[in-house]
Amino acid sequence: MSDAAVVGAGIAPGNGDLPPPAVVVRDLRHRFGSHVAVDGIDLTVKRGEVFGLLGPNGAGKTTTIRILNTLLPVQEGHVEVFGHDVSRSTMAVRRLLGYVPQQLSIEAALTGRENVSWFARLFDVPRRERRSRVDDALETMGLGDAADRIAGTYSGGMVRRLEPAQALVNRPRLLVLDEPTVGLDPIARDGVWQRVEQLRRSTGMTVIATTHYMEEADALCDRVALMHLGMLRAEGTPEQLEQEIGPDASLEDVFRHFTGGSLDDDTKGGLREVRSARRTARRLG
Amino acid sequence: MRSAALAAPPAGSAELVELGRWRTISSFPRRVGTFCLVELQKLSHDRSELVTRAIQPILWLVIYGETFNRLHAIPTGNVPYLTFLAPGIIAQSGLFVAIFYGIQIIWERDSGILTKLLVTPTPRSALICGKAFSAAIRAIAQVIVVLVLSVVLGVRFTDSPARILGAFAVVALGAAFFACLSITVAGVVLRRERLMGIGQMITMPLFFASSALYPVSVMPGWLKVLSKVNPLTYEVDALRGLLISSPAHLGLDFGVLCGTVVLGIAVSASLVNRLAR
Repeated sequence: MSDAAVVGAGIAPGNGDLPPPAVVVRDLRHRFGSHVAVDGIDLTVKRGEVFGLLGPNGAGKTTTIRILNTLLPVQEGHVEVFGHDVSRSTMAVRRLLGYVPQQLSIEAALTGRENVSWFARLFDVPRRERRSRVDDALETMGLGDAADRIAGTYSGGMVRRLEPAQALVNRPRLLVLDEPTVGLDPIARDGVWQRVEQLRRSTGMTVIATTHYMEEADALCDRVALMHLGMLRAEGTPEQLEQEIGPDASLEDVFRHFTGGSLDDDTKGGLREVRSARRTARRLG
Repeated sequence: MRSAALAAPPAGSAELVELGRWRTISSFPRRVGTFCLVELQKLSHDRSELVTRAIQPILWLVIYGETFNRLHAIPTGNVPYLTFLAPGIIAQSGLFVAIFYGIQIIWERDSGILTKLLVTPTPRSALICGKAFSAAIRAIAQVIVVLVLSVVLGVRFTDSPARILGAFAVVALGAAFFACLSITVAGVVLRRERLMGIGQMITMPLFFASSALYPVSVMPGWLKVLSKVNPLTYEVDALRGLLISSPAHLGLDFGVLCGTVVLGIAVSASLVNRLAR
């Protein structure tokens, strides 16, 4: 393990004494048959930051995330989570993680509390702390009152909040959110993010999120990386990236610039399109 | 949320990894228990399945059982046919619960629950073992219903609590094996419809090629061979021995059942990563 720690520390220059970064990915490649899903990416996620992984469908975001949370093997390259090599110290990495997948993945036949308590047990939360940690997680996500209702009766927004509650009961050091707000109305989306942000501030945990919503990424991420066709096209704070494109540029413009305008179906149309058209018109005078 | 737990550095120290390894092994039985508890919770919220699944055994016992009881066509010694049949139907109830259990894992795969489970520090084998014994919990709940029904129909079982507990253990092992078989098929076909088809295809042959309906001694030679490699035969044999005190080979029966469960868990655990993709 000492090797890994040195490698991790070596990524950020001049901080040899500091603990390793939250995530270090080096030269990562992943193939599904002949299809190259991830084509040599390098990235470092600092401790305590909210890091956004952006890109259109098929960019390789989910594959990258599934490699760093140990669901997929590392075929080529090197991935570390808090200094642990994910292909060697799999269980150690899992103990540090909270993961919210893209799909709504709660057990509809159980109550909200049972759903969270199930994961508390699987994450080895000690018995004497279990009750209070489950309550905490439910309370934090605003589900205290609905905790004993069958999750099948929850609204979409409540289900989306139950997911992070399940992940948070582990008190993860790294929370991995794969499209955590897809299919939610703007108010419910804000609700999820506000709570994640509150939690990040109070616990100092690191958050990695993928999202299609550029405004969300703009407002909430400390740094973002843009992926397209398995490669990293840009990385930096949202402000940095926007300034590189030009004055008045939004993250959406950055996205269009680096992905050749191929915004997703999900984000096409509606208000978003109108807003971006208006912005373009303004820019063109 | 309290932040204290996040204060300690997660340093990549060898001791921490070592500690993690020990915890992974020592927590194995507790994780299996967790899956069983979750199954009980689900069952407590919706008991309708216990009722609907009781219909088929009732038909077997009331129509088939009562008819053959009168015909005296099947040589069962001095045991009434209905009494002979009841342990077979109990085994069948467990089989039917377990053989479609793989559907649950496909459903959990499609809904993303499986990926979340796999990101917890739960070894693949503990996950499968947990699923197998969750099926066993459901099978036991079902079997209690059939057991009571049989008594109502006049079947006289043993009154030894130890033997009845032993019978539950047999049902649990049988269900755990058939659940593993189902999960293995699920891991190969990956689709609910295909699993349903294959489940339908194999249940009746398993049932008929066992001693559930008739003693092995009346079977034609080729069927005898099949019945020898069918774990259901050993399950039924043990259940008859325990519940109606027929001559049985309890040692062999338990041996075969335990062996097949271990094998089933090993094979289906090796297919979990295929399901995770």
